[in-house]
Amino acid sequence: MSIVIIGNGMAGSRLVTEIRARDRQVPVTVFGAERQQPYNRILLSNVLAGTAAPDQISLVDPAWYGRNDVDARLGVEVVSVDRAARVVHASDGTAVPYDTLVLATGSTAFVPPIPGTEGGLPAGAVAFRTLEDCREILAAADGARRAVVVGGGLLGIEAARGLAGRGLEVTVVHLAGHLMERQLDPGAGRVLARTLGRLGIRARLDVTVSALHVGGERVAGVGLATGERLDADVVVLACGVRPETTLARAAGLEVDRGVIVDGTLRSVTDPAVRAIGECSQHDGTVYGLVAPAWEQATVLADLLTGADDRARFTGARQITRLKAASVDLVAMGETHHGDDDPEVEVLSFTDPSRGTYKKVAIRDDRVIGAILLGETSTAGTLTQLYDRSAPAPSDRLSLFFPGMEGAATADSPLRMPDAATVCHCNNVSKGQIRACWEKGARTADEVAEGTRASTGCGGCRDALEGIVAWLGEQDAVPAG
Amino acid sequence: MTATLPPTATPRSTATHCPYCALQCGMRLDGAGPLTVTPRDDVPANRGGLCQKGWTAAELLTVPDRITTPLMRARRGAPLEPCTWDEALDRIAARARRLRAAHGPDAVAVFGGGGLTNEKAYQLGKFARIALRTSQIDYNGRFCMSSAAAASNRAFGMDRGLPGPITDLGRADAILLVGGNVAETMPPFVRHLTDMRERGGALVVVDPRRTATARQADLHLQPAPGTDLALANGLLHLAVMEGLLDEDYIAERTTGFAAVRTAVNAYWPDRVERITGVPVPQMREAVRLLARGERSYILTARGAEQHARGVDTVTALINLALALGLPGREGSGYGCLTGQGNGQGGREHGQKADQLPGYRRIDDPAARAHVAGVWGVDPGDLPGPGRSAYELLMALGTAEGPKALLLFGSNPVVSAPRALAVTERLDSLDLLVVADFVLSETAARADVVLPTAQWAEESGTMTNLEGRVLRRRRALPPPPGVRTDLEILAALADRLDAPGKWSTEPAEVFDELRAASAGGLADYSGITYERVENEGGVFWPCPGEDHPGTPRPFLDRFATPDGRARFVPVEHHGPAEPTDADYPVTLTTGRVLAQYQSGAQTRRVAALTEAAPEPFVEIHPDLAERLGIAHGDEVRVTSRRGAATARARLTTAIRHDTVFMPFHWAGEGRANLLTNPALDPTSRMPEFKVCAVRLEPLGVNA
Repeated sequence: MSIVIIGNGMAGSRLVTEIRARDRQVPVTVFGAERQQPYNRILLSNVLAGTAAPDQISLVDPAWYGRNDVDARLGVEVVSVDRAARVVHASDGTAVPYDTLVLATGSTAFVPPIPGTEGGLPAGAVAFRTLEDCREILAAADGARRAVVVGGGLLGIEAARGLAGRGLEVTVVHLAGHLMERQLDPGAGRVLARTLGRLGIRARLDVTVSALHVGGERVAGVGLATGERLDADVVVLACGVRPETTLARAAGLEVDRGVIVDGTLRSVTDPAVRAIGECSQHDGTVYGLVAPAWEQATVLADLLTGADDRARFTGARQITRLKAASVDLVAMGETHHGDDDPEVEVLSFTDPSRGTYKKVAIRDDRVIGAILLGETSTAGTLTQLYDRSAPAPSDRLSLFFPGMEGAATADSPLRMPDAATVCHCNNVSKGQIRACWEKGARTADEVAEGTRASTGCGGCRDALEGIVAWLGEQDAVPAG
Repeated sequence: MTATLPPTATPRSTATHCPYCALQCGMRLDGAGPLTVTPRDDVPANRGGLCQKGWTAAELLTVPDRITTPLMRARRGAPLEPCTWDEALDRIAARARRLRAAHGPDAVAVFGGGGLTNEKAYQLGKFARIALRTSQIDYNGRFCMSSAAAASNRAFGMDRGLPGPITDLGRADAILLVGGNVAETMPPFVRHLTDMRERGGALVVVDPRRTATARQADLHLQPAPGTDLALANGLLHLAVMEGLLDEDYIAERTTGFAAVRTAVNAYWPDRVERITGVPVPQMREAVRLLARGERSYILTARGAEQHARGVDTVTALINLALALGLPGREGSGYGCLTGQGNGQGGREHGQKADQLPGYRRIDDPAARAHVAGVWGVDPGDLPGPGRSAYELLMALGTAEGPKALLLFGSNPVVSAPRALAVTERLDSLDLLVVADFVLSETAARADVVLPTAQWAEESGTMTNLEGRVLRRRRALPPPPGVRTDLEILAALADRLDAPGKWSTEPAEVFDELRAASAGGLADYSGITYERVENEGGVFWPCPGEDHPGTPRPFLDRFATPDGRARFVPVEHHGPAEPTDADYPVTLTTGRVLAQYQSGAQTRRVAALTEAAPEPFVEIHPDLAERLGIAHGDEVRVTSRRGAATARARLTTAIRHDTVFMPFHWAGEGRANLLTNPALDPTSRMPEFKVCAVRLEPLGVNA
């Protein structure tokens, strides 16, 4: 039983480590088109923002492959798959036989077929996808003044934020009527645009880019369908991705948008071939986020090593979080509901001037979608409720504002009932303190000696002093 | 005995320490008849404070059901009946000899406790190894801090609870306390946290429950049970990305950071938020607080440690501490809050399956030679490592396992995980001997019960959570008919023709312990009773009488071969038993203020029983409503290992998906009927802190 994995990105590299965590023996070969160690694509926005260096986002140490007996062919592409012979042929002329082949080829950035992109992008224009792209963007941004980001989705906004953070004037050009329209409703999109505006990022919505302008060898700007021209020293294309299925198609595997797989992540065409990550399609869905790809890697590692033969991928819930400094945003599930569906309870809180937009959609007492923008302190609660399809708390406000539940109210000595415990360490009630006072103790020290209140952690000392003072005041008030 | 007292004797005043937890609060016992307790303000740990357990500790000396005569049953099923000491000891020795002849020395096992004095723990380990010659000895400390011990040994080469005097904590800039509810488990400890906060320091508490401690925190992170490791890796990820690392320290004093840095790249904030439920802004705030000053601490307790991945969880937190440059410097570091009274000393001197005195390894030939020399035996005659606590308990009475068990200072019928199965194992023994001062739930099932002296009736040393050796002093003689553990071990050793000396004087045993520990990691050779008394305790290691002791180890080098602390990459795996459709709720267990451990002591103190009378299960009102449970209802809680019943206590201090049960009570309400014995691969710690359960109302609101 030998395993060959094509692709060493987020999905492929995760699969390799998950396999080795379960089985130290099974022969594993992994091909990676990028020469470097696998890295965490999620952290590319940190690299753009300058909070992480390009060499600090790897997921596997160089020495790991040798120590763990993994045949890693980095910088080597697979050029064809011979399914009949169960062999892959690589760009370096080698051929590697397999019992199980795993396709983890990911996806590639989509470059719109517009004038200026034929025959490759000009210098200064980069389709944002890989660490190499990131390096190019950084190189192009060095000394640049103006940038245009084409595409106002997640990746485009992260790129825009990174460039703005480096002092560039940034314009995001977006096809749809609001930013991140796949994750956000129009209201959230508007608040997001406003927040970005304050950070020096302009959003041009409802507009198509019609051309890349080139001056000399370099990009000079973009042309819009409106006829306008936006000058730029850097142009980042973030127009979405397409599953990379060239090898799969050539090998005759059934491919729709991605390689079609079942719950065991097996190709419906060939039981010896599996596919995970962004190149695969399960139950009609191609997942573009890391979490589902890692879940698939876990399931597949369980199956391939026999660690759990019953493991199945049954679909994943997708939670999107924008990684951009000073822009906290998390979105999940169905966020477009208005107040028109009686089955769906929609809660919302908006404070546009502070950049806050919160919305939760609930059906059958379960959170089915949510947006938190600007202030995300309940994101932990919401993601877990959504992930686990757990019942929503009856106190709906706690979904928006943390610490609302059972907030402690400082009891005044007056209102505190006699049975209330003042000192938990020594189980002393207000009544016992009053009784001690009535027996003649007049200071907090005397009451402490008589009741042991405040002699444990000392945390109730203030309360004790307050009660003693209050008892003194009561005593001073003449009766009648 | 009273006749021998000088007629002019004034009422005695004995300076000693509390019988319960590892804080070992100083207290004074006064009087000749019923003793009165006063807190000592000359002991830094409590500085004049005591909790209700401490204040009422003297009541233990007069509990009405104190056993003062050995008890024996003629056969299984017959009642326990009083007998003489000779009858009891003869029977134990004869049966032990028979079993050993028939099945080999491992047929007799020993189980100890983290509440035993250093002298007793030492003597018990020696008794197992050279009187019984059994490898089968372990103790309840395995259920306590063994994960932190293993992680500290791995990272620092040595395991000593706190990195410095407890008063250092009061001057900290920040403390991250993970899985510890000190406001209930050791209340006077909170005084040090209060000191810190009054000086502007920040307390960050990580706990799935909003505990009494969490309520006092500046920041409370409330992760799902079993996800602390992911949280720790996430905090380190943030520290890396926000440039908060102490790069010079990492370069000069540690090894292995590159691999950890790579490993935590996979723990970006929103992934960790999704795993733990802790919001990203809170994680950022926690890291910022921890990194803002020089003097920060990361402290763990059972909440982080009692997991099937407890060692890795503590390791993740130590990695964070190392990355921030905290350990091995005065006024900062990583520490474990040891639980039991002598949880620290009890893990150093040989009652652990793999260990010889001085924190030596039993599989180390040099260690064996040294200790065998002190004991006057051939190193080759010492047994090797034995089974860990839960594995030992589950082997009892099986074909391969021990046929007899001698148990000191523990009550596993209540305190062991999967208690029903453990109880069955105990019942299947040929001989169960329990030494205790009351008829605990485990003693009640014994064939022979030996009445022992307790706490204020004997002297010895305890090593508190700081690593400071303290004197426990005798305030009054034990009641007639009762013997000390040292006397019991000496009498049995004699009957078994054991080699070696078997003193019944704690001071003499301590001198032998000093010699046995000399040159080991936990070197006590320079510590004397006089020094302990004159110096207010002595911190180990203390390799000579002219050595000042070591309040703050690692200042110059760590106890590893190269002197550097070791980073170890660790991965999140989640609970061993995730929730599912049949068992949809997470159970976590722990303690309450007015009870201690299995409750064998505290349940006999009226004031404590009044404060915490019965088992309960904490449930969030939302969960309770869905299950049709009202406050005060009897609830059946069921796991794959058994069912327990307890009264519902509704509180919003717990997560919607989690319930909490304290483990101090016997019978139907035992939390440990439910707990999961999945063991940590390194420490063999069971996963007390998380298992899957379902709840049903029993409809009784009595």
